[in-house]
Amino acid sequence: MFVTPEFESLRSAVAGATEADVRRALESIRPGERDLAALLSPAAEPFLAAMASRSAAATGQRFGKTIQIYAPLYVSNLCANRCLYCGFSAENRIDRRALSLDEAEAEAVLLQKRGFNHLLLVSGEAPAVGVEYLEALALRLRDRFAAISIEVQPLETEGYARLFRAGITGVAVYQETYDRVTYGRMHPAGPKSDYVYRLATPARGAAAGLREVGIGFLLGLSDWRAEGLAVGLHLAWLRKAFWRTAFTVSFPRMRPAAGGFQPPQPVNERQLTQLLFALRIFDPDLGLVLSTREDARYRDGMIGLGPTRYSAGSCTAPGGYGSPDGSAGEQFSVGDHRSIDEVCAAIRAKGFDPVRKDWDAVFQQTAA
Amino acid sequence: MLTIAGREFRSRLFGGTGKFASAEVMRDALVASGTEMVTVALRRVDLADPADDIMRVLDRERYLLLPNTSGARDAREAIRLAHLARAAGGTPWLKLEVTPDPRTLLPDPVETLKATEELVKDGFIVLPYMNADPILALRLQDAGAAAVMPLGSPIGTNQGIVTAFQVRIIIEQARVPVVVDAGLGAPSHAAQAMEMGADAVLVNTAIAVSGDPVRMARAFAMAVAAGRDAYEAGLGEARENAAASSPETGLDFLR
Repeated sequence: MFVTPEFESLRSAVAGATEADVRRALESIRPGERDLAALLSPAAEPFLAAMASRSAAATGQRFGKTIQIYAPLYVSNLCANRCLYCGFSAENRIDRRALSLDEAEAEAVLLQKRGFNHLLLVSGEAPAVGVEYLEALALRLRDRFAAISIEVQPLETEGYARLFRAGITGVAVYQETYDRVTYGRMHPAGPKSDYVYRLATPARGAAAGLREVGIGFLLGLSDWRAEGLAVGLHLAWLRKAFWRTAFTVSFPRMRPAAGGFQPPQPVNERQLTQLLFALRIFDPDLGLVLSTREDARYRDGMIGLGPTRYSAGSCTAPGGYGSPDGSAGEQFSVGDHRSIDEVCAAIRAKGFDPVRKDWDAVFQQTAA
Repeated sequence: MLTIAGREFRSRLFGGTGKFASAEVMRDALVASGTEMVTVALRRVDLADPADDIMRVLDRERYLLLPNTSGARDAREAIRLAHLARAAGGTPWLKLEVTPDPRTLLPDPVETLKATEELVKDGFIVLPYMNADPILALRLQDAGAAAVMPLGSPIGTNQGIVTAFQVRIIIEQARVPVVVDAGLGAPSHAAQAMEMGADAVLVNTAIAVSGDPVRMARAFAMAVAAGRDAYEAGLGEARENAAASSPETGLDFLR
């Protein structure tokens, strides 16, 4: 199993990098873990333009002039966890609801009509939205969408295998922070307080046969440079262990949410950019997700430079697509409020093709 | 003229539909390339939907569409996709791709052979994407493949014909057409494949992601034609040492 190195050792690996290390990393044909540390370091800051051009070239070579489009579908905001930073925390007094299967299907149909073909089902951690619920929903949706992935509570391998057979294509599960001390502080109660169980979750999803596994951490909780190195090491380990699985990484920055949490170590735009470039250079085949947490100006600017997948027209409250003025609480407020058509137009204006379908439900039907 | 499964092709350059900035750029580049065979990923298009962003710009009179099974991890998935493609698009032509490693997209030889055997029995015209393994090429040919498509280097790498040594053996041995597929990053790579005696090449990434796809498509078309002409004209052999112009040196003992 993957074990996170001591966070201090990650921090010093990054802090010790010199300008010469950065130059070597940028010239390396196959950058390794030391190169990743250098690219994440303060010494790499003056090289942001050089990193951009290498990242753009690597991304173009592997993914061409395309950006994949998806939408999140929040099915529930019930949650047993008390994560200090999350709008869904059990501590917060927000209107709670889990969509019925009919309601969730109606939301999905709306998204389909708007032109989405890739769905990401999202929920808080609660028994009501477990394997059975997701399986039933997947079976209802599988013929309407090319790909359906999930971002829900960690499950056992058998649970993922069941969902795979029902048509779920991928799972995203973010560690939130690879810094164990901070992790303990941020997740004081609920099942999520188990760091090790969560860390082993991506491997369980891959072992169950899911086509794509997403990892990442929440930007703002701890030292982003050391976190970036940790996620790179996690990714490299997963690649060796599960060579048939495609991987994605996402770097969600903290957004304003119920509870009014202030991130202890906020990450600015230049730093987020450095992180994205560093991971792209380290792993040219990686799917990089840039969600509507970021604003339109930033997302438009990043087209072609590294990210490969954008969400659009997102609402983070369950039932929010059908009733935008509904009462259910949202997880966070989004930064890019444009519709799918507006986002696609912006991508086209940059000379890229917004790709809505890049998978097929048929692949999963052989699993049944 | 190139003939595959009884169908004739004037152009020996095959095209792809991935990674383009827009469907319109793709359409124009394919026209400029002069190609008559275009591969489309079944994961990316809906063959049955005339409004599909890619399908709506592809002129079915001009091109033979070659659906591919990109994304299939094993024979079973590829076979299922193939049947659906035939049902939706009405074509028995298939570019078989079984690529279980999403990173390198290298083809699985065992599953590719298995799927080829099965699909040929089911009446498909199978063009398998394969590693440049001469024995595998013979096995696929014996299984009924209509052509073999060995890679020059991994998909999208632009490395050219890194596998030249094996590709030469494949060309020498094959009874079916040999189409060098994947990794051709420059027109010179395509010309090299054609000079070696390949029957055709398939080029996608190098055209799609170039600064000017239309112009690059034209460049590849010219390179393919030049390489083929050179092959048919008969190339002089490359030599390590200069050939002596007076070959009698050292033979002055002869009477």
